[in-house]
Amino acid sequence: MSQPNNYGFGEEAALLKSSAAKFFAQHLPVDRLHARVAGSHDPYRCPEAPWPQELWQPMVDLGWTSLAVPESAGGLGMPCVAVAGLVEELGRAAFPCPLLGTLAASYILAECGDAGHTAQQEIVEGCAVALALTDKTGSWDIASSGVTYDGEVLSGGAHFIQDVRKATRLLVSASGAQGLQLFWVSVDADGVGVEPDAIVDLTRDQGRVTFNGVAASRLGDAGAAALDRAMPALWVLLAADMAGAAEWLLQTSVEYARSRQQFDHPLGFFQAVKHPLVDVMIHVDATRSLLYSAACAIDHEPGRARQLAHMAQASACDTAAFSAGRAVQTHGGIGFTWECYVHLYFKRQKHSEVLWGDATWHRARLADILLGDPAAAGGSAQGAEAAA
Amino acid sequence: MSDSGKRDSAEQAEFRSYCRDWLADHHPGEPTVRLPQSPLEIMTRDQLDYLQAWQKAAYDAGLVGCDYPVEVGGGGRKDCQRVANEEMQAARTPFFPNVIGLGMAAPTVLHHARDDVKRELLPRLFSGEDIWCQGFSEPGAGSDLASVQTFAEPKGDRWVINGHKVWTSLAHFAEWMIILLRTDKSHKYEGLSYFVVPIRAALGKGVSVRPLIKMTGETGFNEVIFDGLEVDDRYRLDELGKGWQVAMTTLLHERGAGELQAPRAGGLKSRESHSATARSLLELARKTPRGAGTAADDPVLRDRMMQQVIREEALKENQRRARVPALLDHPMRLPLQNKLLASELGQDTARVALEVAGAAATLYMADEHAPDRGQWPLAYMNSFGMTIAAGTSEVQRNILGERVLGLAKSK
Repeated sequence: MSQPNNYGFGEEAALLKSSAAKFFAQHLPVDRLHARVAGSHDPYRCPEAPWPQELWQPMVDLGWTSLAVPESAGGLGMPCVAVAGLVEELGRAAFPCPLLGTLAASYILAECGDAGHTAQQEIVEGCAVALALTDKTGSWDIASSGVTYDGEVLSGGAHFIQDVRKATRLLVSASGAQGLQLFWVSVDADGVGVEPDAIVDLTRDQGRVTFNGVAASRLGDAGAAALDRAMPALWVLLAADMAGAAEWLLQTSVEYARSRQQFDHPLGFFQAVKHPLVDVMIHVDATRSLLYSAACAIDHEPGRARQLAHMAQASACDTAAFSAGRAVQTHGGIGFTWECYVHLYFKRQKHSEVLWGDATWHRARLADILLGDPAAAGGSAQGAEAAA
Repeated sequence: MSDSGKRDSAEQAEFRSYCRDWLADHHPGEPTVRLPQSPLEIMTRDQLDYLQAWQKAAYDAGLVGCDYPVEVGGGGRKDCQRVANEEMQAARTPFFPNVIGLGMAAPTVLHHARDDVKRELLPRLFSGEDIWCQGFSEPGAGSDLASVQTFAEPKGDRWVINGHKVWTSLAHFAEWMIILLRTDKSHKYEGLSYFVVPIRAALGKGVSVRPLIKMTGETGFNEVIFDGLEVDDRYRLDELGKGWQVAMTTLLHERGAGELQAPRAGGLKSRESHSATARSLLELARKTPRGAGTAADDPVLRDRMMQQVIREEALKENQRRARVPALLDHPMRLPLQNKLLASELGQDTARVALEVAGAAATLYMADEHAPDRGQWPLAYMNSFGMTIAAGTSEVQRNILGERVLGLAKSK
C-alpha cells in the first residue's frame, strides 16, 4: 500500500487542527496557563495536578477524546494524521489534560478486538485514560511490567503514569501465566492506590499506582501483540506534542530576538543568535515532516509505520531538547526566571523527551530494523533485507 | 515501490505512463565512459558527448522542459516535469549535463528575456546542444554577490564587457553564460544588469577560459576573463539596473526553491561511481570489518548512521510537505531550507562514511583496495563545494533568519 502525497491530511483534518488552535488559545493562553500551574515555585512543593477540568467535557462534546476510537466502536475514527494535527496544537498550548493518554489508549484498544469494546464505549462517553505500562525502572521496553495478574486480579505496582490524577480509567499491562496482557480498570476501584510523583514538569502530573488484589477486565488474550502494534501511534502522538511545543518555543524566542535590543541592535541582528534560531526551525520542520509521514504510514502503510515512527520520535526528542535549551539561552537572564513563560515549555519538553524512549533509544531500535540486531542470532545481515 | 503516481492528475497519469514506456525502450544502458559524481565535474569531451546525446534524446521524446510553453520549445504541460523526473530517477538514467542551463538559466530567461531571445535560446538549451554556465562570482564578490565589478559599457546598441568571473562550472564547454554585470558604478544594487552572453563563439576574441583545479584534483570549474567582449543589447534580461532582481530568480531556482521544477534525470553514473546516500553508507558499514564483526555492529557508529538516515528521510518529507498547504506556516519556510539541508546532509553522510571506513578511508580512487573505489573521500571533499556555492551555509542561515523568521538583517 502506498501513501497519498498530501499525507491524507484533508479538509476535515485542517479544520480540526485550526479549531483546536483556536480553542486552546481562547481558553488557556499562556499567561492563564502560567497562573494556573505555576502558583508555587517551591522546589519542595507537594505534588499537585492543576488543570482546567471544566474544559474536559467541552472537549468530549467536540469529539476530540474519541477521535481515535474506530467508527465501528462509536468513535469518530479520524485518520492518525488528523489526530496528530490536534496533538500538535495541544503541545503548542502545553495544555494540561489527559487527552494524550486517552488518545493513546484508543490506539491500543483498537488492537484488542472485541475485548476492547466496553473500554472504547467508556472513552466515547468521556472517560479519561492513563496508561499504566511502565515498571519502576522506567523501562521503555513494553515487555516489562511491575504488575502481575492472576486470572483477572491485579497485584503489584505501575510507575511513571502520566496524568494519573486527571484520569478515571487505567489501561494496565501485567505479566502472568499467559505472558503480558492488558487490563482495564477504574481508578477508584477497590485496592487501587495512587501516589503522586514530585516532578519538574508543571503541565502534567505523574504517579505510581499500586494494585492490591484489584479486580480488572482483561482486554483479550493477546495483549503484548496489541500493545506492540499500537506503539508507533503512541510515538507519533508524543512527537506531535513535542513538535507543537517546539514551535511555540521557536516563535517566542524569535519574537524576543526581534524586540530585545542590545549593542544598538535587536538580538536577531547578530548571527550568533540568528543562526541557532534558524537551526531550531530546521529541527522543528524535520520533526513535523517525519511525524506526518509516520502518521500517514499508520493510516496507509502499516508495514513502514514502526520505522518511520522511530525516526519521528528520535527527531522529536532532539528537537525538544534543542528548542528548549535555545529558548532559555536566547531569552538571556529573564529566560532563567520563574516569571518568564519559557520554563513551562522547557520543562514539558525535557519531560516528553524521556517518556517513551529518548532519541538514542529510538535510533538504536531503528538500527535494529535497518541493520539487524547484532545481539540477535544471524547478526547484521538480517533485518536489513526486510527494510529495503 | 515509491508513492509516485498516487495523486496524479489525468494529464500527469497519461504522461507518466508515456514516460515509463519510452524509458523502457530508450534507456541508454550502462555508460560507455567513466562518469563523474555530478555534471559539475565533467572533465572530458567523451563524457560530455555521451551525456549530451542522452539529454538530446530525452528532450526529443518530450521529457525535458515539459512545463515550458510550446513557443519556446517546451512541452506546454502542467506540472509534468516532476513526473518525468520521478520516472527518470526510477529508471536510473544518467544525469543531464546542462544542469546550469536547465536549473537556473532557463527559468531566468523565461521570466526576463525578450520573446525572440527565448525562442532563439531555449530549444537548444533544453536539448543540451548548447551548454550553459553562470557568471556571478568574482574574485572580490563571493558571499557579497552584489559587489560584482565586471563592467558593461554602452557602445551604440551594444555593450562592451571587461572583467573577471570565477568558480564558473562548465565554462570550458559552454556556449552561453548568464552573467551579472555592473552598468553603473555609483549604485551597488541598482547599478547591476543581467545579460546572457555567447562565450564559446568569442573564445580568444574577448573571452578566455582558464581551468581551476579543485582540492580533489579534478577540474570542472574555471575562471573566465572578459577583455572587451561585445554583446548585443537584445541579450539584456529585463531593464537596465534590474540585474539584482533577475539574479534573485536565478538564485531561487538554484537553491531548489523556484516555482519551475528543473528537469532532473536519474542516479545512474557508471559502474564505479555511486552517491553519498544513507543507503550506500549502510552498505559500506555492512562490508567494513570491525573487530569480530562489521562496522554495522558498532553501537556508536549505528547511532551516527541512523542520524544520517533520519536527516535524509526528513529532507525528502520536507519536500513532500512543502506541497501540503495545510501543514505549512510560511510558504518559503521549507523551500528555502532545501539547499542548506541537502548540502550539509551530503557532507555529513560522507564524513560519517570516512569514519565507518576506518583506516581504509585514506585510500583514494587510484587504489584498488579503496572502499567504493575511493568515492567517499572524493564525495567528502566535493561536498564543500555544495556548502559554499550558491550562497554559503552561513548566507543561507541569514536568508532563512531574515526572510522566514523576520529577524533583523545582519548586513
